[in-house]
Amino acid sequence: MNTEKKKGWKEIPMAGVCWVPSTSYLTGDWKIYRPVWDSEKCTRCVLCHLYCPDGAITWKAKTNEMIFNYDYCKGCGICEAECPTNAISMKLEGEP
Amino acid sequence: MASEWKFTAKEIAERPDLFMSGHRACAGCAPATVHRLVLKATRGPTIATNATGCMEVTSTIYPFTAWKIPWIHTAFENAAANASGIEAALKILRKKGRLEYEHVDVIAFGGDGGTFDIGIQALSGAVERGHDFLYVLYDNEAYMNTGIQRSGGTPLGAWTTTSPAGRKIPGKPQLKKPIADIMVAHEMPYVATASPAFWIDLIKKVRRGLEVEGPAFLHVIAPCPRGWRSDPSKSIEISRIAVETCIFPLWEAIDGEYNLSAPSKLMALRPERKKTVKEYLKMQGRFRHLFKPEFEHLTGKIQETVDRRWQKLLKRCNMP
Ligand SMILES: Cc1ncc(C[n+]2csc(CCOP(=O)(O)OP(=O)(O)O)c2C)c(N)n1
Ligand code: SF4
Ligand code: SF4
Ligand code: SF4
Ligand SMILES: [Mg+2]
Repeated sequence: MNTEKKKGWKEIPMAGVCWVPSTSYLTGDWKIYRPVWDSEKCTRCVLCHLYCPDGAITWKAKTNEMIFNYDYCKGCGICEAECPTNAISMKLEGEP
Repeated sequence: MASEWKFTAKEIAERPDLFMSGHRACAGCAPATVHRLVLKATRGPTIATNATGCMEVTSTIYPFTAWKIPWIHTAFENAAANASGIEAALKILRKKGRLEYEHVDVIAFGGDGGTFDIGIQALSGAVERGHDFLYVLYDNEAYMNTGIQRSGGTPLGAWTTTSPAGRKIPGKPQLKKPIADIMVAHEMPYVATASPAFWIDLIKKVRRGLEVEGPAFLHVIAPCPRGWRSDPSKSIEISRIAVETCIFPLWEAIDGEYNLSAPSKLMALRPERKKTVKEYLKMQGRFRHLFKPEFEHLTGKIQETVDRRWQKLLKRCNMP
C-alpha cells in the first residue's frame, strides 16, 4: 500500500494545475497485443504515426525508421488495421 | 481567404505532438487521434480549453497533463465561454503591450454532450459576439465519460444506457441534431466537418479555422470503441465508412457558402461508390439490435434519413 502522505490544498499548485508531463506516466502495460514492425514491407507512408491515438509511433527522419514506443502503446491495433502494406502485425505480449 | 497551407505527411510527422503520449484515453480512442491531429495543425502560440468530458479527464489526471501548450478547464457547459475570455484577455494584454507574441490562437474542444446539449448557449453566444477562436466538436455521439448516456448528437437507433434497446424502444428514437448547420445559421465565417480517417482534409480545415478572422467551428466524427461497442482497431475505419456512406459527409461553409470536400465530392460524382448504412451499422455493437427482425424496419428509416440529408446537402453545395 502507498503510505506516502498526499499533499494538502495549501501545498499543491494554485487551482490544482497539472504540471507533470503525461509522458512520465507509462500506459504500455495496458496492452495485450503488441505491434511488430516489418521494415522491409514498410513504405514509410507514416499513416500509422498519424492515426495512433497514443502517439506511440514516430518517424525518425535521420534513419528513416518508424519507432514504436511500447511504453505508451496500448495495443489497440489501429496501426495494423490502417497500414496499407501489412507491415505491422499484432503479436500476443510475451510471445516472440 | 488565407493562403492554402501545403504539407506532406512527413512534414506533419516531424511536428512534435502537442497532445502527448501517456494520456489515459481507452485503447483505440479516435477522439485522442483527433486531438493529436488538431494540434499538429497549429501555426504558432496556441491556448486550448476543454469542456468536461473524456478528453478533458483522460488528458489531465492530476498531477499529469498531456497538453504541451497552455490549457484550461473550468466546467462542462462553458468551453466557448472560456475561449471568449481567453481571447478577450489576449486583446487587452496586447493593448497594454504586455503580450510578447504577435498573435495567439485559441482552440476550444467539446464533446457532443458539451456542444449539442449543455454547451450550446455558451457556444452560440461566443459566436454571436464574434470572438476569434476555433471550436472543435469531437463527436463520439454520447456522454461517454459518465457512462454512455444519449445526447442530442446520438444517432437514431443507437443503444446507450439511457436509450436502451429493448421491447419498448429500439435504441434512441430521435434523430441526430444537425449541429453544424445550426452553426452555419449563425452566419459565422467558417464551419466545416471532418473525419480523422481523412487526416489531410482535417488538418487543412483546422488551419483554415485558425486563420479565419472571427469564430470557426469544426465538427469531427470521433468513434469511441467503448461506447460504440466496436473493435478498438476499427476506429479509423469506422470514421472513414461514416463518410463513404454519407452518414457523415465532409463539407465546409465559408461565409455561409456550402462546398463539398473532396472525399464527399467523390461520393456525389460517383454514387455507385456509396456504401449502404448497414455497412456502417454492422461494425458497431450499439446498433446490433437493428439486425433483429423486429427492428429491421429501422435500418430502412436510417437509410432514408441519411439520403434525405445528403440530398439537402447536395442542393446547398450546388451539386447535381
Ligand atoms: C453541469 C454538469 N453536469 C454534469 C456533469 C457530469 N459530466 C461530466 S462529463 C459528462 C459527459 C460528457 O459528455 P460529452 O460532452 O459527450 O464528452 P465525452 O465524455 O463523450 O467525450 C457529464 C455528464 C458535469 N461535469 N457538469
Ligand atoms: S503505415 Fe505501414 S507502411 Fe506506413 S509507415 Fe506505418 S508501418 Fe510503414
Ligand atoms: S497498437 Fe494502437 S497504440 Fe499501439 S502503436 Fe498501434 S495504433 Fe498506437
Ligand atoms: S470512453 Fe470512448 S471517448 Fe472516452 S476515452 Fe474511452 S474510447 Fe475515448
Ligand atoms: Mg461524447
